[in-house]
Amino acid sequence: MVEVHLWSGLRSLAGGCEVVSVEARDTGEMLRALVRAHPELQAPIDAGVSVAIDGRVIASGLTEPIPEGAEVYLMQRLRGG
Amino acid sequence: MALDDRKSDGFTFVGTRPNRPDGLDKVTGRARFGADAHAPGMLHGAILRSPHAHARILRIDTSKAEALKDVKAVVTRADFSDKVEFAPGLEGDFWNILENVMAGDKALYDGHAVAAVAATSALAARDALKLIEVDYEVLPHVTDVDKAMLMDAPVIRQGAADYSVPEGMHPNVVRKHESGHGDVEAGFAEADLVIEDHFTTEATHQGYIEPHACLATLGADGKGELWCCTQGHWIVQKTCAALLGIETANLRVTASEIGGGFGGKTTVFIEPVALALSRKANKPVKLVMSRSEVFRATGPTASASMDIRIGMKKDGTLTAAQGTFRLQGGAFPGGPADFTAMCAFAPYNLPHVRQVGYDVMTNRPKQAAYRAPGSPMAAFAVESVIDELCNQLGLDPIEVRPKNASREGTKASYGPRFQRVGLVETLEAAKAHPHYTAPLKPGQGRGISCGFWFNHGGETSVSLALSEDGSAQVMVGTPDIGGSRASMALMAAEVLGIPYENIRVTIADTATLGYNDVSHGSRVTYASGLATIKAARHAVEKLCERAAKKWGIPVDAVKWENGCAVPSGPNAGEFDPLPLADITADMGRTGGPISGHFEATPEGAGVSFATHIVDAEVDPETGKTKVVRYTVVQDAGKAIHPTYVEGQFQGGAAQGIGWALNEEYIYGADGRLQNSVFLDYRIPVASDLPMIDTVIVEVPNPGHPFGVRGVGETSICPPLAAIANAVSAAAGARMRQLPMSPPRILAALKADG
Repeated sequence: MVEVHLWSGLRSLAGGCEVVSVEARDTGEMLRALVRAHPELQAPIDAGVSVAIDGRVIASGLTEPIPEGAEVYLMQRLRGG
Repeated sequence: MALDDRKSDGFTFVGTRPNRPDGLDKVTGRARFGADAHAPGMLHGAILRSPHAHARILRIDTSKAEALKDVKAVVTRADFSDKVEFAPGLEGDFWNILENVMAGDKALYDGHAVAAVAATSALAARDALKLIEVDYEVLPHVTDVDKAMLMDAPVIRQGAADYSVPEGMHPNVVRKHESGHGDVEAGFAEADLVIEDHFTTEATHQGYIEPHACLATLGADGKGELWCCTQGHWIVQKTCAALLGIETANLRVTASEIGGGFGGKTTVFIEPVALALSRKANKPVKLVMSRSEVFRATGPTASASMDIRIGMKKDGTLTAAQGTFRLQGGAFPGGPADFTAMCAFAPYNLPHVRQVGYDVMTNRPKQAAYRAPGSPMAAFAVESVIDELCNQLGLDPIEVRPKNASREGTKASYGPRFQRVGLVETLEAAKAHPHYTAPLKPGQGRGISCGFWFNHGGETSVSLALSEDGSAQVMVGTPDIGGSRASMALMAAEVLGIPYENIRVTIADTATLGYNDVSHGSRVTYASGLATIKAARHAVEKLCERAAKKWGIPVDAVKWENGCAVPSGPNAGEFDPLPLADITADMGRTGGPISGHFEATPEGAGVSFATHIVDAEVDPETGKTKVVRYTVVQDAGKAIHPTYVEGQFQGGAAQGIGWALNEEYIYGADGRLQNSVFLDYRIPVASDLPMIDTVIVEVPNPGHPFGVRGVGETSICPPLAAIANAVSAAAGARMRQLPMSPPRILAALKADG
């Protein structure tokens, strides 16, 4: 199981949960599982999200492995200037 | 064959300061920028722009312009793809960009394009614009972010808000971000002093010296060529293809040399218009913006209105922080309020923190990225309050910051824990710098500030080809906006073991290399650099294979050292080192050309921090401010070409000085931009700037083979706050509004008595 921390703006779309537990081996599976658990998360995920795995920020990759017990945070999608 | 994945010391080429490869071209005028392209039979384009801040377009009559013999084409919105459609919440970028490059039913800001002409000369094209008749119904407008959120504000576009905006907010509020952790009220209760204050910043333009320019050809067969100044030609290719309804691969885009971008050239403005004109006229069309058009119709940064509340104990420990950030990004979604919120408190280890950002639409041009979009204004507000807390508690600001600084393992204000970061090292270097303890003259003040930026990876492709004489060509897809051709050559030289001068780096066009993300997010030295290293290592693998074959030993018994294949150990056999040039001399007859490639989306850019020290003096009679000393300390991870790194540090500081002291978009009551030329929009010139001293801190990024962190953006995060803190100290009054222009300084001095 992966415990995914949501930024507080997302919590109202996830039944008030701060952390959602899903079965996932990589970032793509994790995002799909989040939507299955909380369909309202589809809109922000479609708009673009980044994922931090143990502090390493994955800007957009859907194939990054998530190690067992890793600290996982959903973040607004990163862009640059 | 053994290749270490990471290298942190013992560099031969990396860290040296060779001459820049584009130097001669640029000093002799040989470099070709956007407006330097010509084609046989070329026409000249010009764009008609709305004089109104907000108006419904009732009718456009182009017949008189079309009747002129020199006019070969006129286009309006009807000449673009009808497949790019409005989506609720304005999801996806293409409709927004189309609406921005050519207005639909409404003109949304002063300068919004409404029609365009191609004619046989630039003068004829401009004359023809005067014959286009547009009937407008002028609508109420709003250009101020706070006023745009009031319930009686004019609605710019219904249905533009996405899921994140709560019910009951004005339709101009289109995105909301909220994040943080802990219980801020409990944190404030623990503080000995809580300060709450309000800050504003104005929109400023990236101020690149080269205006947007392009040469476009699009034939009846749907195949096109586009030459333009851009930070990313693949995004230009993709966007133009969508807006014109053609296949992406049928449009080849070549990036010119670029006279500055700073984020402002990460999108398109005139390129789709030039292509539409070319398609209609069946001739090449050149389109060059005037400076006034650049100001009126390309992206400045967002302006901001911010409320900050921070609590501190008497010993300097921060207990809680809270911020509300309202950013207007023009008449479209995209103001970087989410980044402003996420960056605001990132330098600090806070047990209780909450940040909220609102992206608000106004009748202004569509904002574009500008170096660390959203972060500098946040730092201005937050670091001003921290400075004031230090002042009122009698604490040294350079002692307070390390005490609270984010470091490896700190839970970031935006969520996850930091990996290895170098903020504390920049603070220690700043404290140790002679600048921090140098005496100040009467009328002078000193300020410091920290700043933070995420940095970025992005899609990246690099190809490296060896020549028979042992030299190498490196093809990258990220336009060189900060010296990347030099740093790519240094990284390739380090891996190949051949001199820097034997490597030529070229920015390939969209037809000759795989997809590349834009040169943004401080990503180029990181991502294209990583790809260059990997492409060079790929070539080295092949060189080792040729040597192994020649020596008749297994390839894993060969290693690469100082530009030569050598046996990997005594058991591999005794062979003289085989130099690269000896292998490439015969490569055509020993297996074929040798090249290396790398295509990936590197994920490991590594965030970065900086600390700036500023001395400023204020003339109490005129309100004029002068920055008299400036020191930038920043973590670069590893400086590949230190001179360019220092240049990025200095450039960020220089632009920050302009943003802090003078630059601003000034709108009249009619919603028209009042200062759309450099005479009235005051960017810093050489005489405004002191020598900007730099200190490069190197805390290696674990996500890059040589430890690189991007440096292009973080350098503009601390200046607004560091300068404001210095000016506030010199003036004896807290400055809460940027720019700190002479009238505002005088008003602050007067209010202070």
